Amino acid sequence: MIEFILNNKQIRIFEKSGKTLLDFIRENNQLKGTKIGCREGDCGACTVLVGTLENDVVHYKSITSCISPLGNANGKHIVTIEGVNLENKLNVAQQAMADNFATQCGFCTPSFVVSMTGFALKSIEKPTQTSCKDAISGNICRCTGYKSIEKATNVLEVKLRTIQQSNQLAELIKEGFIPDYFASIPERLKKINFRPWLSKAAGNFVANGTDLYVRYADKLSEGNVNLVGDIAILKGITIEENRCKLGASTTVTEIAENKELQQIFPKLKTFLKLVSSEQIRNMGTLAGNFVNASPIGDMSIFFLALHSTLHILGETERKIPFQEFHKDYKKYDLQKGEILTAISFEIPDKDTKFNFEKVSKRTHLDIASVNSAAKISVKENTITEANIAIGGVAAIPKFLVKTNTYLKGKALKATTIIAAEKIMQSEIAPISDVRGTNIYKRLLARQLFFAHFVALYPQQINLPSLITKQ
Amino acid sequence: MKNIDSYTHLRGESLFVDDIITRQDTLYGLVFDSPKAHGKIISVNYANAEAVEGVIKIFTYKDILGKNQIGGIIADEPLWAEDEVHFWGQPIAFIVAETKAIAKKARALIEIEIEELPVITTAREAKEKGSFINAPRSFHLGNTNEAFEKCEHVFEGKTFSNGQEHLYLETQGAYAIPMENGNIKITSSTQGPTSVQKIVAQVLGVAMHKIEIDVIRLGGGFGGKEDQATPWAVMAAVAVQQLKKPVKYILNRHDDLRMTGKRHPYDSTYKIGLDEHLKIIAYDVEFLQNSGAAADLSPAIAERTLFHATNSYYIPNVSSIVHSCKTNLPPNTAFRGFGGPQGMFVIESAIAKAADALGIDKRLIQEANLLVENDAFSYGQIATKVEMENTWNTAIKQFDLEKLEKETAEFNAANTNYKKGISLMPITFGISFTNTPMNHARALIHIYQDGSVGVSTGAVEMGQSVNTKMLQVASQTLGISPDKVKLETTNTTRVANTSPTAASATADLNGKAVLKACNALKERLKVVAANLLDANIEHIVFKEDIVFATKEEIFVSWEKVVAAAMLKRVALSENAHYATPIIHFYKTKEKGHPFAYHVYGTAITQVTVDCMRGTYEIDAVKIVHDFGKSMNLGIDIGQVEGALAQGIGWMTMEEIAYGKDGRLQSNALSTYKVPDIFSAAKKVAIIPLETQGNDMAILKSKAVGEPPLMYGIGAYFAIQQAIKAFNPKHKLQFHSPYTPEKVLMNLYE
Repeated sequence: MIEFILNNKQIRIFEKSGKTLLDFIRENNQLKGTKIGCREGDCGACTVLVGTLENDVVHYKSITSCISPLGNANGKHIVTIEGVNLENKLNVAQQAMADNFATQCGFCTPSFVVSMTGFALKSIEKPTQTSCKDAISGNICRCTGYKSIEKATNVLEVKLRTIQQSNQLAELIKEGFIPDYFASIPERLKKINFRPWLSKAAGNFVANGTDLYVRYADKLSEGNVNLVGDIAILKGITIEENRCKLGASTTVTEIAENKELQQIFPKLKTFLKLVSSEQIRNMGTLAGNFVNASPIGDMSIFFLALHSTLHILGETERKIPFQEFHKDYKKYDLQKGEILTAISFEIPDKDTKFNFEKVSKRTHLDIASVNSAAKISVKENTITEANIAIGGVAAIPKFLVKTNTYLKGKALKATTIIAAEKIMQSEIAPISDVRGTNIYKRLLARQLFFAHFVALYPQQINLPSLITKQ
Repeated sequence: MKNIDSYTHLRGESLFVDDIITRQDTLYGLVFDSPKAHGKIISVNYANAEAVEGVIKIFTYKDILGKNQIGGIIADEPLWAEDEVHFWGQPIAFIVAETKAIAKKARALIEIEIEELPVITTAREAKEKGSFINAPRSFHLGNTNEAFEKCEHVFEGKTFSNGQEHLYLETQGAYAIPMENGNIKITSSTQGPTSVQKIVAQVLGVAMHKIEIDVIRLGGGFGGKEDQATPWAVMAAVAVQQLKKPVKYILNRHDDLRMTGKRHPYDSTYKIGLDEHLKIIAYDVEFLQNSGAAADLSPAIAERTLFHATNSYYIPNVSSIVHSCKTNLPPNTAFRGFGGPQGMFVIESAIAKAADALGIDKRLIQEANLLVENDAFSYGQIATKVEMENTWNTAIKQFDLEKLEKETAEFNAANTNYKKGISLMPITFGISFTNTPMNHARALIHIYQDGSVGVSTGAVEMGQSVNTKMLQVASQTLGISPDKVKLETTNTTRVANTSPTAASATADLNGKAVLKACNALKERLKVVAANLLDANIEHIVFKEDIVFATKEEIFVSWEKVVAAAMLKRVALSENAHYATPIIHFYKTKEKGHPFAYHVYGTAITQVTVDCMRGTYEIDAVKIVHDFGKSMNLGIDIGQVEGALAQGIGWMTMEEIAYGKDGRLQSNALSTYKVPDIFSAAKKVAIIPLETQGNDMAILKSKAVGEPPLMYGIGAYFAIQQAIKAFNPKHKLQFHSPYTPEKVLMNLYE
């Protein structure tokens, strides 16, 4: 049985857990405000909110319901546009949109409102942390050109500043951001007794669907799926001594918002903003990105450069260096019956810096042409260690073994980097495809390789010194 | 006034085709389309698909009772392929099943054998092989041969502008239901309800009056639903005709991307000649339009390319020719701008090339040639009420171009990793369907006996807020509050024989009809009011729900006048017809006066290129736009901002890719990128130009749908400037879109 709250309605149903949440909303419940735009998480027209109860507080995040298995709604509060409507008047986000002429054809509009209302709910916890623009980064509008929507988000941000920190939910209700039934949700969620567990039952392993449902939604929707996105032992970020361990079902958002990781990687949020959209970051997990095994997987590249260790559970637990995981195009070291449980890495010391680069046709919500991450240690102007990984230029996410070896022990100067770049070119073999020609990818690989050093060591290395000596 | 649909849009209560109530026995359709771009169909085996439980019937051309023909301008496009396929994605059959999932399963089981024939994907190749849709069109002014002789500078070159996917957020679709006596009612997401009605009747072999098309609204159209919304409605109707059950067909995104046409890619060749004062004396241009596998609207789009080949410039000697080249791509179609943007990209490229060769700022050539009053266009129309220089000079002054250019130069001198570029883009866009017979519209207005009003027109609401404008016209003309007026759906039984909602002209045409109908109703009500108030008809005024006589001392409520009219048996309904006066065009001479008026404007675009990574950001677009006397500035500014973003998308990140085998490679939203909120210009400033407006426009408020799209062309040239600042050796290329790939290659070539 799947049990959850849809807007203000208690749902208890026997349905295939693999059915998409979108179809359940539109077909079974006739809630037509959630739209079908692309069914692959790339337009955001089907955005809904998912509320999860933690310590008496419901935390809301936005997701794309088209690639979300219904089973993941278990124990949650699912909010569609109908669920944020007030009786006979517009809520604050809606009013701000109306006042700024931010709706034209109206097809994407409800999804923007849902994302914005989600931002309002989230800002309870972190008022000035992010901008409302980030919250709608996964919503595509083809009519407005976004400027009017941007004005509406500014209004919303200003109005949210007046919300009192204590008793925020009640304040949001009082000020007309959300309808009053939200007040009853925490108590009602408590009564739903749902504990996800790791089962070896039939059905594909699915975390939150951002990859599998893009490719196999038709097949997956017909049956039950083995949901691993909410399983406690696969989640969580822990730091012990000098190692950080992240559960395999940790989402990109959970990484981005982790305070300790933000301290370790001061530009963490900037880096991770380059990974897809808010909705997809709220869903996409580490394990999903690793086993998708795309040569261009952002998180694969990120963790390769961190020289990470992969934790795999089968009959027993085994650990392997992450750079040995991907074997060949879409082939990886995971036996039948095994599951990824975590990834861990050594926390960089004070001499070590980290950088992430990604270039795609569109900067946000796009797949990279080439991406790259670098962890470089420098002592007294000598490179003591380099871990550089690069994506989109080989059959697998590429850890640059030869290049890294070459760099070790060399002086940090332009000629070193120029020589290392030549080695890198010998290690990669990009192909031409819709993300770019091989010639472009080689040039871009060079540029991103250079970019790491220019970004990390601006005092020592600059762009002209790298390109004029070519 | 806000968009009248704001409230329901924002609450998710607005209805689109996929949202309306369906009858319980509704069946679902799905197209089986060609997996090859060109070939002879040897065999298709439907047996396995038909055997799937829940499959009701698979329709092919053999099931058509009327004509297997959906071509609009030229009858060259079958609904379902018969013996040959001409593009990848061409519909061959229509599976009707109990559910969408069943139809999809069945589709995967259809086996087809195709004997492949050579595939043409580019216009150049088509021209070499003599593969054309129709005869070329050509406009001439003066004598270019003689003029080039006298030119101080002559430059030649080639350009390419790629296609563009409409990416209306709502995919194509229709819902057809059987009525009595073989009548069929279809709710369609179409910009052209009448063409859907006409083609359905033709394919079904029935009279048009048996087919009712209703359009509530579109989740975006942009031209993509002008002609290409038709086949899906027709297929559903064929199924309804024979199964006598409701049939719904909403395309999924992949099918929509694969099967529908896009903005036309153009391969062009130009020759431009200037005198020593930078006056453009001669311009010779050949456009190769990649029309795709059938005519669709290509001939009309080709024509508009010629109309806008000289953009905002007066050139005394022009020779232009356009070939509609037949290729094995899905038939390309209307897209905001309708061939105009493609023409403008070439002249702007020619000017950029000339400026680069002469080592001067492009702006100097643009400025020296701007259109002025009484200049002749190459098609013979004399430009009047020209606001070109007015927008140009206002933009330069109001936005302090001198300062912007100085800042750009200073930034570029101080930075190596980033470079800035700046460009000016003037636009001149003609308003009217260039096919003169299409410039008419009707409105049907009912005043109900309680004083409320229902307005029907031929205009289709697709986000441009045409219904809001229609409501404004009715409410202002009748002097009643907006909440008394309701805009009805667009329905062929209420307003018949309509032109599609296109060419930016819909508000003008339908608005003028609404105005005319309201005025007629008002005349009748004046008689009633004069009688009631015992006043002179001449003195009756309608204002704010009150009907006044003379000095506002004697009055009666609107409702009372309507009630009295009812008792006196005065007609409270009116149907008005409007046809644009003056306009005409002689195709035999390729001369005439095709446009009611022109819209003018100037955009200044500023960009920053990341010279390390080849990425870029649009810092600002600053526009002075000729709205005439805007009747709704909030809505009109929304149109400018939206069109601008689409134009920038076309010029920068939106890259259509077909393989040599004719398969669409940019076949999903993961491979075809449209602007998101972060790629929109950081700042957009729009100054409405102060003018008297134009009487040919509704309430002097000029058409606004398409013209601002072409401001986006400025982004291309601003990026080019920034690249040149980093890499002075760069040889200018005119090959849009300017993707980060091309930028990086040009930075380091």
